[in-house]
Formats: sequence, C-alpha cells, structure tokens
Amino acid sequence: MPQGFSPVLAGATARRVLTQLRHDPRTIAMMVAVPTVMMILLRYVLSNPLLLNRIGPEYIGVFPFVIMFIVAAITTQRERATGTMERLMAMPLGKLDLLAGYGIAFGLMACVQVTLVLVVSLTWLGLTLPGSAVPMAAVAVLDAILGMACGLFASAFARTEFQAVQFMPAFVLPQALLCGLVVPRDHMTAVLRWLSDILPLSYAVDAMQRITAAASWTSAISADIAVILAFTIAALVGGALTLRRRTS
Amino acid sequence: MRSAEPGCGGVPVVSAQGLVVTRGGHIVLDDLTFSLARGKVTGLLGPSGCGKTTLMRVLVGVQAITAGQLTVLGLPAGHPRLRARLGYATQGPAVYTDLTLGENLNYFGTVLGLRGRRLAEAAAATTARLDLGGLDKRLVGTFSGGQLARAGLAVALLSSPELLILDEPTVGLDPVLRRDLWALFHGLAAGGTSLLVSSHVMDEAARCDNLVFMREGRFLAEAPPAEILKQTGTSDLESAFLALATLAPRAVRR
Repeated sequence: MPQGFSPVLAGATARRVLTQLRHDPRTIAMMVAVPTVMMILLRYVLSNPLLLNRIGPEYIGVFPFVIMFIVAAITTQRERATGTMERLMAMPLGKLDLLAGYGIAFGLMACVQVTLVLVVSLTWLGLTLPGSAVPMAAVAVLDAILGMACGLFASAFARTEFQAVQFMPAFVLPQALLCGLVVPRDHMTAVLRWLSDILPLSYAVDAMQRITAAASWTSAISADIAVILAFTIAALVGGALTLRRRTS
Repeated sequence: MRSAEPGCGGVPVVSAQGLVVTRGGHIVLDDLTFSLARGKVTGLLGPSGCGKTTLMRVLVGVQAITAGQLTVLGLPAGHPRLRARLGYATQGPAVYTDLTLGENLNYFGTVLGLRGRRLAEAAAATTARLDLGGLDKRLVGTFSGGQLARAGLAVALLSSPELLILDEPTVGLDPVLRRDLWALFHGLAAGGTSLLVSSHVMDEAARCDNLVFMREGRFLAEAPPAEILKQTGTSDLESAFLALATLAPRAVRR
C-alpha cells in the first residue's frame, strides 16, 4: 500500500539516479547513442530512403522501449541485491516516491535519447514526415517510459541480475515479433493477432504508423497513446505492489 | 550498568511478547519475549543462521511478524513514524558505490527528513565521527573494505536515531578499527542512544553492556556478560555460550 507521495523525495530520488548515471558516462553514452546508431544502421541496411520513411518511425518507437526496459530492470535489481532497497524501505521513503523518482530520471534520459535519434534521422538520414516531428517525439518518449515501467515491474520477478538480463529477450523479443514490425498485424492469424492486441508495443508501432500516414493528429493516435499510458500506469502500479516494504 | 534487568533504564526501547516469525513455513524466531534497555549497547550473539538478521529486520519493520507483539520506542514495529527514529545498518554496506560519499549522505539524509543546513551539519558530523573526513568527494566504489563499512554505518548514524540496529558492523574489519567502532558505540550509548549490535564473533560479546545469546531462533540467555559468566560458572563467554547451548534442549523440554 503506498503511503502518500512527497515531491521532494521523488525529486531527490530522480537526482540520485541521474547522479549515478553521471558517474557512469559509458552507460549514458550507450543509453543515448544506441537508438541513433541502430537507425543509422537501418538506413544503410535498407539503402532506400523511401523504405526508411515507412519502417524507420516504427523502429524509433521500439528502440527506446527496449533500452529503457533493460536499464530499469537492472538498476532496480541492483538496488535489491546491494541492500539499498531494504535500507530505503526501512526509511521514511514512500514507494511512490521511489517509482516516481525513477520515472522522472529515466523519462529525462528518454527525452535526450529520442531528441538525438530524431534529429539525426530527420537531417542526416533523410527521414521525412508528413507533419511536425512533435507527435513522433512524444510517442517515442512515452514508449521509453513504458519500457522503464515494464522493466521496473519485471525486475520484481528477477532473483538475480542474470535473470534480469534474461527478461529483456524473454519479454521484449516476442513483442517485437508480434507488434507489426516484422509482419503487419492485419496479416497475422487470429490467435497471433489477438496476442498482439494485448501487448503494449503493438500500440506504439500502430501510433507511429498513423503518425507517418497522416499530416495531422487523428483520434486514432490519441487512442493509441491512451493505451500506451494505461499500460505504463498498470506496470507502475504492478511495480508498487510487488515492491514489498515488509517481506513475509 | 551491571544490573541484571535489561529494562532498568526506565521504559525499555524494545519489548517483545511471544514474538514468532516464520519464513517459508520454517520457524525463524520462536516465541521470543524480551526487552532492550535504553542507552545501552546490547550484543546479539549467535552462530550464522540463528535468526539474528531476521530479528533485526523485524525491529526495523521490513519483516512481517507471524505472531506475538513487538513494541519499538512505544509504537508497534513497522509503524511509519518509527522510520525516521531508527538507524539500521544491514550486513553489507548498502550504499550506492557509484555515488560519492557526500552524494550518498545527501540522498539518504534527505530521505530521513534532513534539509539544507541541518543536512550539511549532520553529514559533516557523521563523517568526522567515523573518521571519513576528506573522503566526501570520492566514489564509494573506490573505498577500502573498512571505509566502505564505515560509509554504511554513517548512513545509519546520519539522523542521530534513538535506536541503532547494526547487523554485524565489525565483521571482517581490522582490530584497530573494531576497537574504535566499539568506542563509538559506547560513546553513542553514553549520549542516550540505544544500540543493538549483532555479531557471530564471541570475543565481541565482552564489549557489550547486555548480551543476548541466540541459537536456532531462541534466546539462550539475556543478561550482562558478568551475570552470564556467574550463572554458567565459566570464565569466558565462549564457554558460557557452549554451556548454555548444551543446556538449552533440556530447558526447552521442561
């Protein structure tokens, strides 16, 4: 049961997480650069600007999700393993303060990550959009935050850091196959289509497809974003419920 | 200081009635009734796996109680208002090794409710007290074993808690550092802080005001060291523990 919420403690936690990252430039470099490097690779693997226009945005929605998932899962698993989590749970820190602190810190990292991948894609790689880049940036950041929330939740089921790493392929790869990235969701059999409907990444890819298809905002994009937000909140609530102050 | 009654310093800081904790169907703490004296250093001695850590985790409110009652500083154990009044050091250092010492103290101090000048003063006083002065700006990951252990203790001491629960704080440290830490514990007790310090090293038992001998989730004895020696007719605490450990099954059967 969450005991209240303190913006000061959430802010202090976010600052602490960001300071940890600041002392680890290699991790920052990987978090920020990997989606961009993947886009550059994608551009030259496709070697066709038109194909990049169709597929690129979907990947922009998926890469930040994957990276934030693994970073969040391992960071929280490490808090549990080193005893800092137990120490915090014995202190006057609310579970929501901790989760919000992580959300703010990784959300800011996601903004940097998405800004870089979009700037590089829209300039150097020649990606063109029918409308503004803002909706795409917003969806990509939300996907990153969704990935973080899922990572926090998944880490509750990992006993070791090794398991936390394994969760990434176990949780992410099936979604990557089913989300419409490889085969359009309309072409899937009923069972697979149904499976893809209950997985959050499908809505991220749907939203990106709609954004590249139309010059203006549509209600379908809003609906996709609502689903992404709902999954994010569900994962955060799941994270709060599995974060036990008292073990039995 | 030499009284046989643990609660002699007024109202005890901790009192337990028939405390039982089971984990995974296994009894870890078996019907414990005890109290801890205010302003004393109580040693919790016993072999690894006897339930010391579980008892400490119950006291700080991160382990659920199966049966019985446990009152800490006048409130039921685990009460949210207790969290800022207790200091807890787990067996490992439980600090962020990828932060500097100053950044660790800043974060934990903020969580404990310290702000601004009070936080800076508390951090400075704690680092001085634990002889960590000048290490403020260094990453905790680069600390030596002894420095790391003291960094973990610094977080527990930061908010000048009324009750300090320290899980094996001196294990694996060099003799000089151990002596200094025990001097620190007694200094804190003289200032009114109550301490519960666990150890599986019997030669630390003599340094405590009161002793709790523990084995397989039960207390073998709860008295000052001199009292335990007298009652068991032994000359050192290790022999006393052995004498009590072999007596205990009979006492239980009775």
